[in-house]
Amino acid sequence: MAAHDAQHSTPVSTGTEGVKRGMAEQLKGGVIMDVVTPEQAKIAEDAGAVAVMALERVPADIRAQGGIARMSDPDMVEGIIGAVSIPVMAKARIGHFVEAQVLQSLGVDYIDESEVLTPADEAHHIAKSAFTVPFVCGATDLGEALRRISEGAAMIRSKGEAGTGNVVEAVRHMRAIRAGIRHLGTLDETELFVAAKELRAPHDLVVEVARRGELPVVLFTAGGIATPADAAMMMQLGAQGVFVGSGIFKSGDPAQRAAAIVQATTFHDDPDVVAKVSRGLGEAMVGINVATLPDSERYATRGW
Amino acid sequence: MRENPAVPVIGVLALQGDVREHLAALRAQGAEAVTVRRPAELARIDGLVVPGGESTTMAKLAARFELLEPLRAAIAGGLPAYGSCAGMIMLADRLLDAPADQVTVGGLDVTVRRNAFGRQVDSFESEVALDGIAGGPLHAVFIRAPWVEEAGPEVRVLGRVVGGPADGKIVAVRQGHLVATSFHPELTGDRRVHALFVDIVREHLAQQAGAVAGNERGKS
Repeated sequence: MAAHDAQHSTPVSTGTEGVKRGMAEQLKGGVIMDVVTPEQAKIAEDAGAVAVMALERVPADIRAQGGIARMSDPDMVEGIIGAVSIPVMAKARIGHFVEAQVLQSLGVDYIDESEVLTPADEAHHIAKSAFTVPFVCGATDLGEALRRISEGAAMIRSKGEAGTGNVVEAVRHMRAIRAGIRHLGTLDETELFVAAKELRAPHDLVVEVARRGELPVVLFTAGGIATPADAAMMMQLGAQGVFVGSGIFKSGDPAQRAAAIVQATTFHDDPDVVAKVSRGLGEAMVGINVATLPDSERYATRGW
Repeated sequence: MRENPAVPVIGVLALQGDVREHLAALRAQGAEAVTVRRPAELARIDGLVVPGGESTTMAKLAARFELLEPLRAAIAGGLPAYGSCAGMIMLADRLLDAPADQVTVGGLDVTVRRNAFGRQVDSFESEVALDGIAGGPLHAVFIRAPWVEEAGPEVRVLGRVVGGPADGKIVAVRQGHLVATSFHPELTGDRRVHALFVDIVREHLAQQAGAVAGNERGKS
């Protein structure tokens, strides 16, 4: 955070790394909920969501209906922005920089360059640093997280396997990212050069993570979280907050489940609270056994 | 009364938000910093920080876990408090641009406008000079920040935005033991706002100790 001589330069600067990463810091300990209508956005806000993710279809429906999944209709995004006072995020396809330009122009607060949508580029992610709006990206391991950060992502989430209601992949990815960070901490200066090569990540970022013992940006979890206990487990595994996609609005009582997941996230280390809020929630989303998913239907393998 | 007023115990409201950054900033100023999520945890603190975060979420969780009334009682009883961004909203007596049902802890006789500077694309960094803080302007990070629209007669304006579209807007205030900033000193390395607040807590403790000592002498 330099710019102590700001009297001699621009007095007010937007789109800085400080405000992009700092925005994610404000979301910590909170739950970000997928919504497809302004009405759902209002339910999420009333339940205590720290932000909503505007999208056209929740991942479970994308799985069920197939076809190409794209950025939401601008009218829908605007409707959701108008319905709530909490931050509104929206998804762009991997590599689809024009969808990102459009979402920035609509005034969304964060863009999720998301594997849940159909990728638009099978080699390149969006060059995110140039945008004023910040980006969150998914990752399955430390190398992928660091590649996204080097492209300008200001927040990382585990990918998990969205739309399954099955937390197993989120656990796998969160453990992989955290184990990767711990491993870097055991390496000496010489070994970090090789680690950067193996992680396919910039050496300076690898050194920074080894030194700090954590990512330089906030780390959330996503992909398959369906119950308060799922959210609390992911927090105990080291997530700094939770994205819930299909888990809320594909369940029996969305308002109550949403509030319960918010409370379980805050009190993730207090089993009495998690037990209390887990009662009487009605049916959770049905869910899919990830092991039976063919590779072509696994979203976590999208992104490079 | 505390055994060692030089090391005040300061709680950070830990329902949601950038709690860890405030804990670190307070510890760097020599305070013992602890998290507060339950009413019982208010009993042992000498000061309270309400962090940055999402104010609607904090308000709902505070109400749900029966913290709201104990927080109001503690602040009405003189507990020093500092709020950054969402914390400023939580300490405000009156809100603008908030959902109709959004509650606050209150205590500061101000009207605060939520998301006053605009959306995230309008979030910015700038320099803000604060009345009572020496060493030149602070580097300030504003994230979907509120500002103080109106301040009551007991409220001292500590700082205003200089330049840009919101030139002159009030972004730092103090009323007795209560301090609030629109921006996030916990996100920068500049610890002067936290130092000011820890000093307020120490002075408050010393005054309380003096009052207790006076009562003790009166009895003997």
